[in-house]
Amino acid sequence: MMRKRLYNIGAILQGLGITFKFMFRRQPTVPYPSVMKQHAPRFHGLHELRRYADGKERCIGCELCSSACPANAITVIGAENAPEDRRSPGERYAARYEIDELRCIFCGLCEEACPTDAIVLTPRFEMSDYRRGSFIYSKDRLLVPPEAGVGTPPDERPNGIPADLGRVAEVKSTVDIAAGYSATNRGEVLKTHRRGLAG
Amino acid sequence: MIAFWVISIVMVASAVATVTAKKPVYSVVALLLNFAALAALYITLSAEFLAVMQIIVYSGAILMLFLFVIALLSSGVSSFNVGPDRMPKAAIPAALVIAIALGFVVYGLSNASIATPAAPSGSALGPVGSADVFGSVSDFGKALFTTHLLPFEITALILMVAVVGVVLLAGDKTPFVGTRERAREVRREMREAILREGGVQ
Amino acid sequence: MDAVMNAAPLWVVILVKSAVLLLVVVTTFAYAMLFERKILAWMQLRPGPNRVGPWGLLQPAADAAKLILKEDLTPKTADPLIYRLAPFISLLTAFSVYAIIPFGASADGSAWAIGNVNAGILFVMAIASLGIYGISLGGWASGSKFPLLGSVRSTAQMISYELSMSLSFVGVLILAGTTSLDGIVNAQQRWWFLLPQFVGFVIYVITAVAETNRTPFDLVEAETELVGGFHTEYSGLRFGLFFIAEYVNMLTVACIATLLFLGGWNAPFGLGMVPGIVWFIAKVACFMFFYIWLRGTLPRFRYDRLMAFGWKVLLPIATLNLIATAVWVAYWGK
Repeated sequence: MMRKRLYNIGAILQGLGITFKFMFRRQPTVPYPSVMKQHAPRFHGLHELRRYADGKERCIGCELCSSACPANAITVIGAENAPEDRRSPGERYAARYEIDELRCIFCGLCEEACPTDAIVLTPRFEMSDYRRGSFIYSKDRLLVPPEAGVGTPPDERPNGIPADLGRVAEVKSTVDIAAGYSATNRGEVLKTHRRGLAG
Repeated sequence: MIAFWVISIVMVASAVATVTAKKPVYSVVALLLNFAALAALYITLSAEFLAVMQIIVYSGAILMLFLFVIALLSSGVSSFNVGPDRMPKAAIPAALVIAIALGFVVYGLSNASIATPAAPSGSALGPVGSADVFGSVSDFGKALFTTHLLPFEITALILMVAVVGVVLLAGDKTPFVGTRERAREVRREMREAILREGGVQ
Repeated sequence: MDAVMNAAPLWVVILVKSAVLLLVVVTTFAYAMLFERKILAWMQLRPGPNRVGPWGLLQPAADAAKLILKEDLTPKTADPLIYRLAPFISLLTAFSVYAIIPFGASADGSAWAIGNVNAGILFVMAIASLGIYGISLGGWASGSKFPLLGSVRSTAQMISYELSMSLSFVGVLILAGTTSLDGIVNAQQRWWFLLPQFVGFVIYVITAVAETNRTPFDLVEAETELVGGFHTEYSGLRFGLFFIAEYVNMLTVACIATLLFLGGWNAPFGLGMVPGIVWFIAKVACFMFFYIWLRGTLPRFRYDRLMAFGWKVLLPIATLNLIATAVWVAYWGK
């Protein structure tokens, strides 16, 4: 009985030791709004409609993305290119192109379906807004502005956050992107090993 | 002198409030105020130790238990007015008795000369700082454990009797059985039950 | 400075001293809270409050603004008078202890305190015993189940642990031979009472945690069972008052531990060049840290275990410690 009681005191001291030690551990917290967390290289975020180098739109209004979309989030209405004002190199272009980002499940099937690599998913993810209506993204927000270049082809997407989004966290004790993931040609992301608290 | 009058008024007012309050908890709060004022009165009389003891024992412990019981039993919601009002019958005789008793006290005091404690000589720590001054802790202790030892011990004994009485009246009636004996008993009963019922089929 | 102090009438001096002390204690409370949140966060691998001001240093101001601006609710079933009175009782008792706590001593040996009471430690106990009323009345007056349970628990717990706490004081009083707080500190110039009264110190620490209703003895406000305990119904500034009272009580308890067991403002190891007030603050801070450390480590007691521990373990040990000290002083001391 007595020994059991003394053992309890030992357990309390042991517990105190653990909490004391943890005070000096490095915290895995990323102070998010000011510092971004690095995420996976093939992260599926907000959509983007790309252009060709001469400034023409890649989208030809074929509606394949719309039919591939499992969430029915994409609406495309195509139109014939007028000879004097050619929007895209083909015969048709997308007169309207709308994605309801609230319905979108960010699966990337639109990207797979697109014959001209026009629609791609960027790593941007901060889309919060106050009204539902503002989540319907039309061409004015999806299309890469002419001065911003052609957009990023899906296979050459940069790892993590685009430079204009903010400061990226130095990866501390969470997941080490460089050593932790490797992307195969088929776009699978393999987790090779984890470092940090769990390990 | 001003302090005396202020404290006295507070004490009388809170005492009246204690008796007349509609809710039991209000009575407790008024009584608490009364005790606090009494402690303040002791301090003006240089009886610091007594004042502190008054607060610790009466306000801190006894009144607290009153409040505990009131909070648990009545939930404090019901007022005293429920049930037959027996106060008027007892009020007039009680008032008479108290008036006569007070009259005797006043009469006695007006004739007797009361020994007042010697005025404390100016010491560095103030009037109650050192020993040999009325109301200091060491003098209180000495008086309690030498001159008044017998009453002190008898009081302790009476309180002990009260505690024993409470344990007898309200205590756990089942005889004490140690865990090991209890376990042995349970095993024996199980064995007997198995023998009686012919074991598990 | 002294000339000014001597010229002014006594009540002005006391008023000024009280105002300064009140300011200091409230500021200390604010930062004790921040300190606790930071330490707890670090123990749980979080950064803690860090948004308001550099390292979150303005967090207390933000919290205060929030509490003041929040709506002050009074439940329909509550007893309005006592419901409003209770937080003030808590606060009053929590602050009035500081009237007699000495924080240091000047060169001529007079203690830095508002009032030097001969029965100092007894006064502290008296005021501490009144502190229950705020919780108890507040819980009762809220007029709902959980606060009532919390207040009943607090009453039982505080009465049980106050006994052992008082007994742990008495050992120190016997060794010091006085009940005035600066006298006790002066008696520790050679040895802190931590050494001869180690058992008393351990008992004091345990009962102090219980008296201030902190984890692992926070059954009074056990969130898992009682929502918020006695302050479930309180909101806004009234809740804030209870909150202040709790932290000021923690500080009081730390000050008492410092004065009674850790040598007060006496410097350890002959490090006399550092002023005494610094040592006092450092010791109080260490004790506060220990408090928070306990909260970060230990889970809550079960209620019957709490009672059994108080009456069957602490009280006998405290009594034995008292008897041993008395015998030692009577035969070998002096």
